[in-house]
Amino acid sequence: MAPEMTKVHPLIVRIAHWLNALAVLIMISSGWRIYNSDPLFDFSFPDQVTLGGWLAGALQWHFAAMWLFVLNGIVYVSYGILSGHFRRKLLPISPLAILRDVASALRGKLAHDDLSVYNAAQRAAYLALILLLIVLVLTGLVLWKPVQFYWYGQFMGDYEGARFLHFFAMAGVGFIVVVHVAMVALVPRTFPSMFTGRIRRSA
Amino acid sequence: MKKIMGSSFEKYRTPEVARMERRLFLKQGLSLGALTMLTGCAITEEEGVQKVLSRMSGWNDDVQAKLFSANRLAPEFPESRITNPFPFNAYYSEEEVIDVDGGKYKLELGGMIKERKPWTLPELYALPQVSQITRHICVEGWSAIGKWTGVRFSDFLQRVGADTTAKYVGFQCLDDYSTSIDMATALHPQTLLTFKFADQLLPPKYGFPMKLRMPTKLGFKNPKHIASIFVTNEYPGGYWEDKGYNWFSGS
Repeated sequence: MAPEMTKVHPLIVRIAHWLNALAVLIMISSGWRIYNSDPLFDFSFPDQVTLGGWLAGALQWHFAAMWLFVLNGIVYVSYGILSGHFRRKLLPISPLAILRDVASALRGKLAHDDLSVYNAAQRAAYLALILLLIVLVLTGLVLWKPVQFYWYGQFMGDYEGARFLHFFAMAGVGFIVVVHVAMVALVPRTFPSMFTGRIRRSA
Repeated sequence: MKKIMGSSFEKYRTPEVARMERRLFLKQGLSLGALTMLTGCAITEEEGVQKVLSRMSGWNDDVQAKLFSANRLAPEFPESRITNPFPFNAYYSEEEVIDVDGGKYKLELGGMIKERKPWTLPELYALPQVSQITRHICVEGWSAIGKWTGVRFSDFLQRVGADTTAKYVGFQCLDDYSTSIDMATALHPQTLLTFKFADQLLPPKYGFPMKLRMPTKLGFKNPKHIASIFVTNEYPGGYWEDKGYNWFSGS
């Protein structure tokens, strides 16, 4: 008998997820190369893990992939809000529930009975990721056009403030992506579901 | 904490080195035991990728031209915010800065300009001048605030009878640098043909005898040691632009 399957990810979410993964990979690896041309801190990223080969190449990748990143993000966020996808999947969320689920995840005891429902730790991570990516766009606009968008750059410490915020938001995204990929490795049956949209009800 | 400003090792990388490095990156990233195949296709794939990236850079030029507002001014700062020392930056090192003989110097004009007689420095200095304290933002990421004094470039273009309906203004420099800008930016009120930096005659390292100062563009778009100015409808490119830096590079 075929195992009981349940629908987890709508097609539009799966497409947006993989386009976003590609766009973010390009944005971060080219962004590291751009960072290296004038490091904010006392370290640089190893050239081998950066994209673009030199500053001009990295800038070309960064400012090409930004269109994929932003347009895909607009489609995804609009769908998430208008269809109720965000409300169903990411809400409600409470700080207490997040702490509880993060604690049990760290002890390796987080329950995964129904993979179509996100636990509080997942909700927090996915919400934080969406917000951080929005912060990256908003700070990125100020870095790209510090004169044309000067007025709203004032909300983030102008050009120099935006550089730091852009960096920290990138670091936050990097951290969440690492945890996310590690969790997928720990619960591997979630991986094919990001392609097929379906998952076995339990392991 | 911070590296010395203006050290532009990144910029010295040639596109060829860049291509080789990128090929390595792609190989490392994509190698699934198919390295031998990749080596065969790498060159054509590279060209395809580069074509797409160049086209996107052209599209970004158009978007930036639309975002650019003829009236929106770059922020100006108080004297207290001036960066001292102001970083030196060029495609060569500070020891290689050229020494221009101001007595013999003449600014040449060309292209779609009515009065193309060359200008001596005393003639240029006699024109009405304004000052600005604005921020220079480098394509590398760093920024610095400085004070420049000179002629409003739009006044100068009108005075010499430049065709301001043309698309581009190009610059050829005495240090073999070159660049070009869109006419809208050339006519922007903060675009100045400057002869002074920090109230002193422009020192050689900042571009004696003159630098075109545009706070609405990235630093490398601001030519120093200008030898000639020409107005044209044919895309002139530029030193860094021809190597892959975005042409419009507006701020």
